[in-house]
Amino acid sequence: MNDAVTNGVFDSSRIRADFPILSETVRGKPLVFLDSAASAQKPRAVIDAMVHAMEHQYANIHRGLHWMSERTTDAYEATRDAAAALLNARDRHEIVFVRNSTEALNLVAHSYGRGIMRPGQAVVISAMEHHSNIVPWQMLRDAHGIELRIAPITDAGELDFPAFEGLLEDGRVGLVSITHMSNVLGTYTPAERIARIAHAHGAKVMFDGSQAIVHRRIDVQAIGADFYCFTGHKLYGPTGIGVLWARRELLDAMPPFMGGGDMISSVTNERSTWAEVPHKFEAGTPAIIEGIGLKAAIDYVQAVGYSAIAAHEAALTDHALARLSAIEGITIIGRAQDRGGVVSFTLDRAHAHDIATLLDRQGIAVRAGHHCAEPLMRRLGLDSTARASFGIYTTAAEIDVLAETLTKIREFFA
Amino acid sequence: MFDEVRDLYNQTILTRGRKPLHMRRLAEFDATAKGDNPMCGDRVEVWVKYAEDGTVADTGYLARGCEISVVSADLMVEAVQGLALNDTKALFAAFRDMVQTGECPACAGEPDLTDALAALQPLSAVHKYASRIKCATLPWHALIAAFDGTKSSQPATSE
Repeated sequence: MNDAVTNGVFDSSRIRADFPILSETVRGKPLVFLDSAASAQKPRAVIDAMVHAMEHQYANIHRGLHWMSERTTDAYEATRDAAAALLNARDRHEIVFVRNSTEALNLVAHSYGRGIMRPGQAVVISAMEHHSNIVPWQMLRDAHGIELRIAPITDAGELDFPAFEGLLEDGRVGLVSITHMSNVLGTYTPAERIARIAHAHGAKVMFDGSQAIVHRRIDVQAIGADFYCFTGHKLYGPTGIGVLWARRELLDAMPPFMGGGDMISSVTNERSTWAEVPHKFEAGTPAIIEGIGLKAAIDYVQAVGYSAIAAHEAALTDHALARLSAIEGITIIGRAQDRGGVVSFTLDRAHAHDIATLLDRQGIAVRAGHHCAEPLMRRLGLDSTARASFGIYTTAAEIDVLAETLTKIREFFA
Repeated sequence: MFDEVRDLYNQTILTRGRKPLHMRRLAEFDATAKGDNPMCGDRVEVWVKYAEDGTVADTGYLARGCEISVVSADLMVEAVQGLALNDTKALFAAFRDMVQTGECPACAGEPDLTDALAALQPLSAVHKYASRIKCATLPWHALIAAFDGTKSSQPATSE
């Protein structure tokens, strides 16, 4: 348990003290970092773990017959245990380390899509996906004769379930791949329900948990998922390390993604045989230091606890929706019933980039643009939005600063 | 509150942004091209009509984007009026230097270029806002693409 949490409630100032960067000033003003959905800041524990590895405990892993290599292997493999526990995976071998969620999705599109699916089958994604959950399936479609179907969303920004089920009815869908939380709308998708429907129609189901896992406890067994992925850098960990979880029998059946060292059992000049999972999918020297950093991030999040994290996020989201809605000229994009700490908006005729530049000059960091979700923006009839997103270190006072500054920006462009 | 951004969002920018003077499609044109910034979603489409001597007789544009990209397109229409294509390209090079560095090395000893660039001075502070340089150059990339007969253009990523 983190000392900053008592009775499931944060002491924000103590959480913030764990993140060195939050004491920085930007343009002479305190940093108000509202861009955690793009990439989160790092707690001291993550920074220290990585520095410690480089200073005291580093060598290549899985191959060295010496003390340093063995200890480093232990530290790296401990992350696999931590990730398995984080997702409630049944088996630590179901954890495959990747660079990020994009690589996880490409791995599944390649190894499951090309390796297991047959031409004529279909993949279903939704109309609110990040490009990372669109482009790999378009590539699969073009290379392997797989149909790509897009499940529509409602005007509120929720999955249109009747239409979604309709897409599965002909039984040709081999895989459903959907975000667990929209990076634009903040919508949480009901993963259990999606998984049930997919399975009822003979399809496997994958969730992109890049945003969801930052705020909510994920239980891949309770969801009934077949594949789940997340990226370390949004979960207060380093860049360059992420996790693909998949059910063991799927990983066993799937051919490798990339070939090289570490993923083989034996190699001759003519042919090779593959290592057991998960190593079959982990070719080459991995991101060792980043992997060690990811364990520190997972440990940090687990110590704070998901009940406190989720309560904090819900309170902040309610506060942000109330404060921003009260500003004349603001339109909040997405009104899902179940939504989290990502709030996109437009402000009268002020363009999102101009808003972002003006906020930046007050030390406030937001994202502006299409958020790597161009099809969704077209569905919404927008070119761009500004987006404020929250982390465990975000405070209601920071949201108040955002709201007050937006009010003045509106006057500025009026 | 925003005094420190008045260099970028000066009166010309705010006035033109609110009410651009030249945002229109040309009914008759000799060349056209689209430009977009894929990383941010800004889009512009440019039409050009040449005079008999090959200079720019008229330019029009439609844009969906931020204040900086729209006003840059609007000022561009005025700046290139009557220029030969080579002079327009030289002006773009000088403009790009101005929005990247705040200076115009090519202007030394070139009074015509200096005069032409003066019409674009309201955008001179862009160089202090690194992430906005590509907004200012977007319509110019589209214009040059129209000259060169390419249908679409994307700014160099180094901008």
